[in-house]
Amino acid sequence: MTYFTLSLTLLFVLIPILLAYFLKLGIEKDILVATVRSVIQLLIVGYLLQFIFDQDSSIFIILMVGLIIFAATHNARQKGINYKGITWKLTLTYITIEVLTQSILIGLNITPATPQYVIPISGMVVGNAMVLSILFLNRLTSEVNDKQDEIELILSLGGSTKQAIHRQLITSIKASTVPTIEKQKTMGLVQLPGMMSGQIIAGADPIQAVQFQLLILFILLTTAIITSIMLGFLSYPTLFTEQMQLKQTFK
Amino acid sequence: MTEIALLLDHVSFNVDDLTIINDLSGSIKHGKITAFVGPSGAGKSTLFRLLNQLKTHTKGTITFNNEDILTINPMILRKKIGIVLQEGVMTTGTVYDNLALPRQLQDKTLSKQEALSFLDKVGLKERFLNTKAKELSGGQKQKVSIARTLINQPDIILMDEITSSLDQVSTQAIEMLIKKINKEDHQTILWITHNIDQAKRLSDNTWVLIDGECRYQGPTNHLNEATDQAVIDFLEGGDES
Repeated sequence: MTYFTLSLTLLFVLIPILLAYFLKLGIEKDILVATVRSVIQLLIVGYLLQFIFDQDSSIFIILMVGLIIFAATHNARQKGINYKGITWKLTLTYITIEVLTQSILIGLNITPATPQYVIPISGMVVGNAMVLSILFLNRLTSEVNDKQDEIELILSLGGSTKQAIHRQLITSIKASTVPTIEKQKTMGLVQLPGMMSGQIIAGADPIQAVQFQLLILFILLTTAIITSIMLGFLSYPTLFTEQMQLKQTFK
Repeated sequence: MTEIALLLDHVSFNVDDLTIINDLSGSIKHGKITAFVGPSGAGKSTLFRLLNQLKTHTKGTITFNNEDILTINPMILRKKIGIVLQEGVMTTGTVYDNLALPRQLQDKTLSKQEALSFLDKVGLKERFLNTKAKELSGGQKQKVSIARTLINQPDIILMDEITSSLDQVSTQAIEMLIKKINKEDHQTILWITHNIDQAKRLSDNTWVLIDGECRYQGPTNHLNEATDQAVIDFLEGGDES
């Protein structure tokens, strides 16, 4: 695609801006900001990836993956600001998932250890983990707020903090992983996944595109479960004081 | 066992700059019913949460059977100083599930026979055992709450306004139950009520809490002899909360 044809795609930005303007929706500025940001961010990433691919050095791969993890942590931590030490908990979760998935992929020779594979897969894995952790933290916070009487009941009867939060933890883990599992059930029927569509548009063999997409789906399933469980078990102790009381910030 | 079950020595509780409990001192005797009365916001429920260690006091010392409660593992303390919460909170499941909860938390089981005996103790029929707990009436929930707390065999039971939302018939049934538990088992009971007449009917001793301070502490039958003007005003005002 040339820059001229790319500029023609701005028609798809003009349509919502005009509609928003005439219907007085008041979202014209947001659409413009989102467009400008996405153009700038994606172009920077494109040139950055081009540079890294040309270098073909593991140091640049690690730096890029580090940047992805940093950006994901920075974004997700806003939702878990009440959880003490949430930054390192998120970082540790993302690093664990990244190391686990890449170890399996590269260790079993499923994908080569080249930036063309490692970086996009890392982006999908950590990106999915970031969304999952935001869903998980949102749900856990609202569960704790809504069910504080049940949590305190168990504590008051001599239960441990783990026993007191068990039900809320399980509910939050389940709720945060449901979108990933449900999306997988309708995959190919309702929508063609982005990566697969991109490969097909770029001229790849559809069967090969499906194979790669399946690989990603299976990885995302692992990512979803591990993110919620790991974050859950790292986060729940921070809801309580040393005297096994529900902290005031959650009440 | 000493005669004093609980001893409070200059106990205060603050949240940031707000004082909720201010310099409370006094003692609670074993085997007695002590009523805690006072207007809303006086700190009664907070005090009970301090005693059950759902909150920690910021100043002073609370002693339980001659031991500072802060030196006792909270899980052990909460079994010895049980609390029946105001709302009659039930977990999902049947009445049996709720009764079995304290045992479950200790990886133990509660036999059906034991469950029935506790139901009988609080005046509930056998047929309630498999009823969904959240479908019970307010009074029935409170009875199950009391039975559930009793399963831990606590030395002291704290009851936080457990009759406040009940009708007269249910209130009388709970009052009789409390008297029975106290008489038959010599159970030490601390009871928050906003109903002064109820305190007079049931309790041996009364504490009047106003603005986080204890303004009267003594035998309930001497309550009318109180000289503190705030207490007199409160008694004359009746049910303020």
